[in-house]
Amino acid sequence: MGVEQKLGDMGIVTTTLEQVVNWSRTRAMWPMLFGLACCAIEMMAAQASNYDMSRFGMELMRASPRQSDLMIVAGRVSKKMGPVVRRLYDQMPEPQWAIAMGDCASCGGVFNNYAIFQGVDEVIPVDVYVAGCPPRPEALIHGVLTLYEKVGGEKLKDAVNR
Amino acid sequence: MTELQEVSFDDIKHLVSERAISGENMLLNMGPQHPSTHGVLRLLLELDGETVVNCIPDIGYLHTGIEKNMEAKTYQKAEVMSDRLDYMNTTGNNLAYVMAVEKLVDLDVPERAQAIRVIIVELQRIASHLIFLAATGLDLAAQSIFLYCFREREMILDILELCSGQRMMTTYLRPGGLWRDVPPEFDGAVRDFLKIFPKRVDEYEALLTKNPIFVDRMAGIGILTREDALTYGVTGPILRASGVDWDLRKARPYSGYEQYDFDVPVLTKGDSYARYLVRIEEFRQSVRIIQQAMDKLPGGPVRSENRKFVPPPRSEIGVSMEALIHHFKLWTEGFPAPKASIYSAVESPRGELGVFLEGDGGPKPYRIHWRTPSFENLGVLPVLAKGHFVADLVAIIGSIDIVLGDIDR
Ligand code: SF4
Repeated sequence: MGVEQKLGDMGIVTTTLEQVVNWSRTRAMWPMLFGLACCAIEMMAAQASNYDMSRFGMELMRASPRQSDLMIVAGRVSKKMGPVVRRLYDQMPEPQWAIAMGDCASCGGVFNNYAIFQGVDEVIPVDVYVAGCPPRPEALIHGVLTLYEKVGGEKLKDAVNR
Repeated sequence: MTELQEVSFDDIKHLVSERAISGENMLLNMGPQHPSTHGVLRLLLELDGETVVNCIPDIGYLHTGIEKNMEAKTYQKAEVMSDRLDYMNTTGNNLAYVMAVEKLVDLDVPERAQAIRVIIVELQRIASHLIFLAATGLDLAAQSIFLYCFREREMILDILELCSGQRMMTTYLRPGGLWRDVPPEFDGAVRDFLKIFPKRVDEYEALLTKNPIFVDRMAGIGILTREDALTYGVTGPILRASGVDWDLRKARPYSGYEQYDFDVPVLTKGDSYARYLVRIEEFRQSVRIIQQAMDKLPGGPVRSENRKFVPPPRSEIGVSMEALIHHFKLWTEGFPAPKASIYSAVESPRGELGVFLEGDGGPKPYRIHWRTPSFENLGVLPVLAKGHFVADLVAIIGSIDIVLGDIDR
């Protein structure tokens, strides 16, 4: 971008295709509406009046995995739920991303026992981990913005090879 | 490990009717990630057209092993697990647990601590009912109520954060009292809330109570008779909406509830709408209780002086050798509890929340079992759902206000 300064106000922006694609992906990233445990309540709070995640292009949470780009794993993943989470992740169209929200989804949290996966990364690939039990809505928003940064740096040729 | 287990039709044959086996009725899976099952509940529905013939809940998708985990920790440290059971009612779970421990080891609680406990727990009850209202409204496509409810819930969470430093998982109530006294800003924050909240309840009512769409979807849906309510062991607002006047705060007062003047709303219709109305009225009654508790909040300590069970305040540790020893012993070893078993229960926003605790003379519980209200309340869902449309099922699940963390533990 720089030509437009020389040419004057012509309503033209020059950029790369990669940047446009990544920019548009971060401006309307729809998360999946699905919560597992306590963290889901804070995820709802992040969507609600005081924190309003729609400021970041997330006003719509889709109940169907086929319409969503981002999976926020909000809560502990039990041994019974793990396969379901995997199935849901597989049903999401490419490109898909995942945020592990909370200590339980990141590393098992306070539950080091027989029933809980010690981190959802045993089940699905995770892009961003958000710490906290539960993370404050601000922390989740920070996690989302971190993900945007990551998406902003993605290369098209990596996506092809993925 | 992460492969879905395939279930063949033969495995579920015994659960459904003849007509489903012959293919006349349709079997439909709902959940476990359905947006209006309030968590990870899975339902197997047998449908005749749009009508629910049979509804079979499948639980366990959030089984966390909390009870077993608590047994591996000392009495004080196990408390953090209790927050995470019923995550809408975190401080209420703390209260149930600390009361059980206090009963087991026979520990006194100062009056100020009891009053603050009541304030905190009633605030939490309001917060929990707010989420009920928000989520049920959302399920029935009333989007704005969701935004209103979360606005007020933030006020309550701010108060909890003021006291404990955490928004949800506070662990603020401790065996023998509280973690520490409330900060000076507490009084103003609670009074601000009390001033604003009754008007806000009127606002919710203006949005929903006479809203024809909302009434159509709630009234007459999922009727629970008094007999069924008693047979299934249902408690809480659901029971009171079916005409049974039973509230542990009145029936077996604890933590000083007998000093406060409040009514227990009881309705007789037993449908989803009645359950909604009971909870709306409980908003107002909780405000009354908090108001009274704030007005006559006694002074004095907030932790028991019994050093065998309650760690000494930080300020004492630097100057008293004995305090240091107590601190050290209590946090490394814990305190031993007698060989006995007790049951103690509180009224959570969802009903009777009980703790069965068995000590074996050591510092860890031998067995701890939670009697969680959502579990019994879910048991009645097949009765309520029978004969209604699939769309009504959403309203029914919303109105029984289950929390899966409470059911699966
Ligand atoms: S991280 Fe904490 S709040 Fe989140 S699901 Fe786990 S226990 Fe609940």
